[in-house]
Amino acid sequence: MNRTFSGGIRQLGASFASGAASPTQITEHALQAAKVASHLNAFIRLTPEVALSSSNESSFRYQRRGQRSPLEGVPIAVKDNYCTKDIPTTCASKMLEKFVPTYNATVVDRLIHAGAVLLGKTNMDEFSMGSGSVESFFGPVKNVWSKDFENDNWRITGGSSGGSAVAVASGICFAAIGSDTGGSVRIPASYCGVVGLKPTYGLISRHGLIPLANSMDCPGVLANNVDDCVSVLNAISGPDDCDSTTIKEPYPKVELPFLDQINVEGIRVGIPEQCSCEGLMPEVRDTWVKIADILEDNGAQVRRVSMPNILNSIYVYSVLNQCEVASNMARYDGVEYGHRASTAASTEELYAKSRSEGFNIVVKTRILAGNYFLLKRNYDNYYIRAMKVRRMIFNDFKQVFEKDGIDVLLTPTTLTDAPLYREFVTKSNRDQCALNDLFTTPANLAGIPAVSIPIRLSSNCLPISLQLMGNTLQENLLLRVAKWIESRVDFQGVAPPEDLRRMMEIMISAAEKKTS
Amino acid sequence: MNPSCRFVILNKFDKIIVRNLTKVAPKKSKWQSVVGLEVHAQISTNSKLFSGSGCAFGSPLNSSVSLFDAAIPGTLPVLNKHCVELAVKTALALNCEINPVSMFDRKHYFYADLPAGYQITQQRAPLARKGQITYPVFTPGVTKKPYYKTVRLHQLQLEQDSGKSLHDDLAGRSLVDLNRAGVPLMELVFEPDIEDAEEAASLVKELALILKSLECCSCKMEEGALRVDANVSLHKPGTPLGTRTEIKNIGSIRNVAQAVNYEIERQRVLLDAGEEIQNETRSWDAASKRTVAMRDKEVQQDYRFMPEPNLPPLHLAMDTASASNEELVNVQAIVHAMPMLPEDKRKRLAEMYNLPQETLIILVNEEVLLDYFTQIMDSKLEVPPKTVANFLINDLLTFCNRENISVNECKISSNQFIDLFKLMQAQTINLHYARLLLNEMHSHPDKVPAQITKEKNWEQINDPEKIEELCRECVKNNPKVVEQFKKGKEKLLYALVGDVAKKTDQRANMAMVVEKLQQMLKS
Repeated sequence: MNRTFSGGIRQLGASFASGAASPTQITEHALQAAKVASHLNAFIRLTPEVALSSSNESSFRYQRRGQRSPLEGVPIAVKDNYCTKDIPTTCASKMLEKFVPTYNATVVDRLIHAGAVLLGKTNMDEFSMGSGSVESFFGPVKNVWSKDFENDNWRITGGSSGGSAVAVASGICFAAIGSDTGGSVRIPASYCGVVGLKPTYGLISRHGLIPLANSMDCPGVLANNVDDCVSVLNAISGPDDCDSTTIKEPYPKVELPFLDQINVEGIRVGIPEQCSCEGLMPEVRDTWVKIADILEDNGAQVRRVSMPNILNSIYVYSVLNQCEVASNMARYDGVEYGHRASTAASTEELYAKSRSEGFNIVVKTRILAGNYFLLKRNYDNYYIRAMKVRRMIFNDFKQVFEKDGIDVLLTPTTLTDAPLYREFVTKSNRDQCALNDLFTTPANLAGIPAVSIPIRLSSNCLPISLQLMGNTLQENLLLRVAKWIESRVDFQGVAPPEDLRRMMEIMISAAEKKTS
Repeated sequence: MNPSCRFVILNKFDKIIVRNLTKVAPKKSKWQSVVGLEVHAQISTNSKLFSGSGCAFGSPLNSSVSLFDAAIPGTLPVLNKHCVELAVKTALALNCEINPVSMFDRKHYFYADLPAGYQITQQRAPLARKGQITYPVFTPGVTKKPYYKTVRLHQLQLEQDSGKSLHDDLAGRSLVDLNRAGVPLMELVFEPDIEDAEEAASLVKELALILKSLECCSCKMEEGALRVDANVSLHKPGTPLGTRTEIKNIGSIRNVAQAVNYEIERQRVLLDAGEEIQNETRSWDAASKRTVAMRDKEVQQDYRFMPEPNLPPLHLAMDTASASNEELVNVQAIVHAMPMLPEDKRKRLAEMYNLPQETLIILVNEEVLLDYFTQIMDSKLEVPPKTVANFLINDLLTFCNRENISVNECKISSNQFIDLFKLMQAQTINLHYARLLLNEMHSHPDKVPAQITKEKNWEQINDPEKIEELCRECVKNNPKVVEQFKKGKEKLLYALVGDVAKKTDQRANMAMVVEKLQQMLKS
């Protein structure tokens, strides 16, 4: 039942090192694959020039045995809300359609420093506001697992990092960077059948990540498997002077043992009873139960725990997110950068028109709501109360991790498998988020690490995933358990019918044959 | 009331206000004035509060702007630790309670020179609270006797400055300079404990002296390094406070007094006429010496304060236990390194030299005068401290006023002053020539006063024989005056003395001349 994939980052590095394949070859394949998969709309922009020139450099370094890290020469896609020097960074918004940053986000800098190849900037919900990747100025992202791509009959990817999830799921690249504010990495990972990690808040720098809600924003990793996820995490985590909210102490790199050395004996797994709730698809529930059973059968102590406040996360989130959005979006006034309305009789009119033209309705709605919550007369009743409930949610986690001695919590990532686009868009953005984000927002509010791992396919032939949450800075333990589960489940990491991943494998093996 | 109507009324009252203001002693009023000050002091640092850009005054437009200052998406604030140290220093000097943990907030409003759409400030948990300042109220020529006043400080907070908008009305466009955006400020909010304009101006004066001795702020009001807003209201004693107005754009310490005075009088006239005071922001117009309503500030703003999520709470090391954490600003270390404050200097001067309070205040107010004074006194001359102080305060300041220079621009060296007093002490020159020497020393800072005196032939005539000769000649030339003197008009002695003075270009030793003349005339 082991899920092995010849395209893993470690194996890729080995074939680069042995000369069986070269970063340039793989990058060319990846760019080709991205073109083949252009109907998925995963990328807002491919960066072939940058990718080819850096892959050439990587190839050169491998030839001289001077590879910088396990990511050397590995094609990686980055969500289009990370600033990339001299490469447009749009946040999938008309407002920033022509915005070209003059600096790299710390995450991007570290990837480059590690030798990774930036393949392109991925599609997303405008300013990350959404959980479906359907709210992009550049059009919605389509799930690679869809049976039908016509007439709105396709499946959504989940969001807001849908482009990053599809880029990995379709085999275009080996890993992608997303950002997770309320589940924006884990939800698309879940719907697209890839691993999605949201680490501890403060472990990865937010410098250069265009914010949604600063107190919850967390850079995250999407990859084919847990090991790949770790390789990327290790390259980008750690303190950053440019982000005062990063954890100051250097974080030791995550090192996972080989599979045969991992067991779950004695691991205390908590099952939050509140997550067994209305709207949970029976197949998802069954999957959840089954994994809990497998864990228990293998010596883990699986326990039901009560976290009375966690499902209130969605309400807290809908207030705090809106408030931070209202504040963060204030800078887009058309003066220094971004969309500027053509006619303006006064400064006020310039603001109003530029903002009215530049933002979509979701962004505008959140700005309006957030400003309402922040009004002097409403602040105590909304913001302060939401902060109090946030504290209660945090305390729920504290209780289970510190008092009940739980090591990891196991929940579904989403209520269902990937919804159909035409059904999804009948709901308001608020309801879409309320449904999709239900199990994911608590980790953002508490700042704890969480990972979504694909488990099996539903009767719709769509991925079903589960979420593991751990205590602050317990990435090592969390990912060890994730890796163990990954090895035990029957998840076919192949997305039919658009089998781009297989195409990549064929290309790699062809390259291998050629060199041998 | 519509705005134009209000304007008419203002004009109607304007003459009365101005007339009342020019009266030497305004008549006792039934209205009690209450004044509160809000001061923004630019912290003297090389770089901005949250970014690495420089904050030198007068840099070319938009040349000190980092990505963060321009609110480029994705950039984050990083707190400048030196600003925190200087703010703590100020808080200690103003006897504040320092918060071991303070926080930053966002204050939102749209303005072209505020690129982020919010200002980062400290609203809920400021760096320090509950301070107080005790200072002398004394303005020569305005207040009669110096007295001490205590005003409470409500809070001291760190915040960033905005940029500057430059409006080109002719071309119909506005330009923005972001050099100032993000420059570190301390906002000091004082309680409305002040009763009149002189108390307000003296508070600003003392605050500026304190900040300068701490090296926390240049206090150059003309550069905007120190900005004062005044809240003014009037009420009848024993009744609640009246509606207040806020005065902005006050450009100098004297303007503080003038603006507050004007506003008190304006409100008094309106209230006496049964009008209501509008809660509004008014601007001080230094040219017309009036406060005028600011149109764009009329709408009440809701600033929608929110905690700044990108900055963790600001922790300070309050005791030695927490001081081992080098990340934190160490309050005890700052306590131990506090310099002398203006009031300490006054006390020390009073103890050492027994000078009158007025003199102490003026000396300490003018750093240059104080430096001259201490250096002259340190040279162990036999001149009484009071003589030195008076010469500096009266003669040097008069000279500077006449030359239209500030005392800081005076080029005279302390050594020249020491020599000057030596010459006076040795009777080589008299006060008249000492005054003239000021001009020469200022123009030739390299010249020794003795040399100037010699070259100019300004030496006093002290030779008794010469004096006698002069007096004799004077008596001979003024028979009528002498006659009248002898008849009892003794005051006419000074006419004769004056004559000698005139004859000798004031070089004759007047004490000797008086003595000699008396001797001659009485014999």
